[in-house]
Amino acid sequence: MNAMPREQPLLRAGDLSKRYSVGRSIFPAQRRTVHAVDTVSLDIWPGETLGIVGESGCGKSTLGRCLVRLTEISSGSLEFEGRDITDASQRQLRPLRRQMQMVFQDPSASLNPRRRVGDLLADPFRIHERLSASEMADRVAELLRRVDLSPQHASRYPHEFSGGQRQRIGIARALALRPRLIVADEPVSALDVSIQAQIVNLLADLREEFNLTYVFIAHDLSVVRQISTRVAVMYLGSIVESGPTDEVFAAPRHHYTAALRSAVPIPSIDRARRGRLVLKGDLPSPMNPPSGCRFHTRCPAATPTCRSERPLLQSIGEGRLVACHHPAGG
Amino acid sequence: MSADAPLLVVKDLTVSFRSDEGLVRAVGGVSFAVEQREIVGVVGESGSGKSQTLLAIMGLIDSPNAIVSGSIRFMGQELIGLKRRALDAIRGRQIAMIFQDPMSALTPVHTVGNQIGEQVRAHEKVSAKAARARAVQLLDAVGIANPDRVVDGYPHQLSGGMRQRAVIAMALSCNPVLLVADEPTTALDVTVQAQILELIGRLRDQFGSAVILVTHDLGVVAEVADRVLVMYGGRFVEEGGKSSVFRAPLHPYTWGLFGSIPPMEGPRPARLAAIPGIPPSLSNLPKGCAFGPRCAFRHDACLVQLPIMRGESHRAACLLPEATRRQFAVQRPGGVEMQR
Repeated sequence: MNAMPREQPLLRAGDLSKRYSVGRSIFPAQRRTVHAVDTVSLDIWPGETLGIVGESGCGKSTLGRCLVRLTEISSGSLEFEGRDITDASQRQLRPLRRQMQMVFQDPSASLNPRRRVGDLLADPFRIHERLSASEMADRVAELLRRVDLSPQHASRYPHEFSGGQRQRIGIARALALRPRLIVADEPVSALDVSIQAQIVNLLADLREEFNLTYVFIAHDLSVVRQISTRVAVMYLGSIVESGPTDEVFAAPRHHYTAALRSAVPIPSIDRARRGRLVLKGDLPSPMNPPSGCRFHTRCPAATPTCRSERPLLQSIGEGRLVACHHPAGG
Repeated sequence: MSADAPLLVVKDLTVSFRSDEGLVRAVGGVSFAVEQREIVGVVGESGSGKSQTLLAIMGLIDSPNAIVSGSIRFMGQELIGLKRRALDAIRGRQIAMIFQDPMSALTPVHTVGNQIGEQVRAHEKVSAKAARARAVQLLDAVGIANPDRVVDGYPHQLSGGMRQRAVIAMALSCNPVLLVADEPTTALDVTVQAQILELIGRLRDQFGSAVILVTHDLGVVAEVADRVLVMYGGRFVEEGGKSSVFRAPLHPYTWGLFGSIPPMEGPRPARLAAIPGIPPSLSNLPKGCAFGPRCAFRHDACLVQLPIMRGESHRAACLLPEATRRQFAVQRPGGVEMQR
């Protein structure tokens, strides 16, 4: 599915699943399982930005955490540069942590309020590199400059910064050890629109400067479209469609992608809404997902087959995959 | 009051809070009117004063450190300084409010039907049975499937979208002439947001309500509003009919907002035309134009002189001559790019 087949994916997930059991009961019959991530297979290629979109509860954040092994996976496999890391111990993972970093939605929750920003940013160096105090200070200053903050900010505490600045600190920390892969989970959704744009631009600049590969997880389709080279759309724990960003947004093949795209309010009045597709109903509970195609309860094109048979994610050419019995626009 | 007089007229509304850092001026003298059956969208980022403006209208700012001044006339009656009891006759009945988080408006310990019924009976003398029937009818009107079952359900049994519908049903229970909504779709998923926005647009036709919708999302405004107010640093910086604001915005801040939103169609820009810097602190507002420090078009006068709203139906508070601004605002499909 990639233009250069001989190249090795940076990260490869095979049939990755994450199950949680809910309801603490002494009666096993009453214990239930939520398939937060349900047999997801995914290749992440060096240099690409893979956007993962979906609504709340679709499993996109859990998938992101599984990809960097912040959350233990229930089944499936994970390879980093061809090396199986599915069962790697925390200790074995440590050198890999340099290569894979994460940026979170709420920068305040991921920054210890009692520690100065300079100390927070020096942590990665303390853990992974032996540096003298002055070298460390230099590296921290350099990091702060790189995310458009000032080296003087090192002596301040997280609460002294605005939300956007705190996210810059979160990004600086992820960047400290020059990782190859950054998984960013809703990195701009807590920020105001004007600040969002600044952070999206910053992430794009850093990608260029440091040859980064991103997994960009967000519910905001326009932000994902702006930054991603490829997108994967998730619904109830599974990927329903993936492919190059422009193509997927211009001509979605899965009906859920089409509905999602048409639901985004566009800040323009010139574009008369072309037959808006408003989905009926709500997201079904992931605890009790519908049979067959998970989307059939809300799908405008559902047939009896969709109720009984679960469609597989299949290639439809040009790097596009779709899991649908009756793909749209085909 | 004549039939075509504005429903709500706000004049020089200021909301300030005494704090350790001195006076924090959340709303700095705003004036606007809402016509009957009109949907007004108020756009602004956090700290712009948009929510405080709404809370002031609802008389919900009761902190001893708050100072609310100016005038809010609703159907000819002044709301500022009105006694609690007189206010209660108006809010909930003639003006209703919905919030971002529907759970904040629902108690978890009563059924949805009880809560809507309670609201009905607080303002009208009807039997409990009639109130319940009314609740079912309202739930049906806001598009809840199986209203006669949902009416006996508890809020936690409903999804986020259903809860927001239930809250809207509660708000509509007394046929308010004005519905005040603070980010009503922000907490919802995009497919559910589309449903709620359709509902809000339908309210005017079905219930004849005017709506003030506060949001940070220009897309939401484009979807439902008739008129747009753009707020920054506690003041309005632009006001106009939706089509003229979206076709030819007149304030550099509005340009920046448009430029900050990634397009959903067409070519993707290499970089977004973001606004540099961060919004001003309300306890330490700049002397001149609040947007001055972040504005690409500022000149010396902007930093000392406070711009006032100028113009006829489409107005903006900017010291640059309108002709110059019209030149700067380059029209593009889907938005306006900030030019430097």
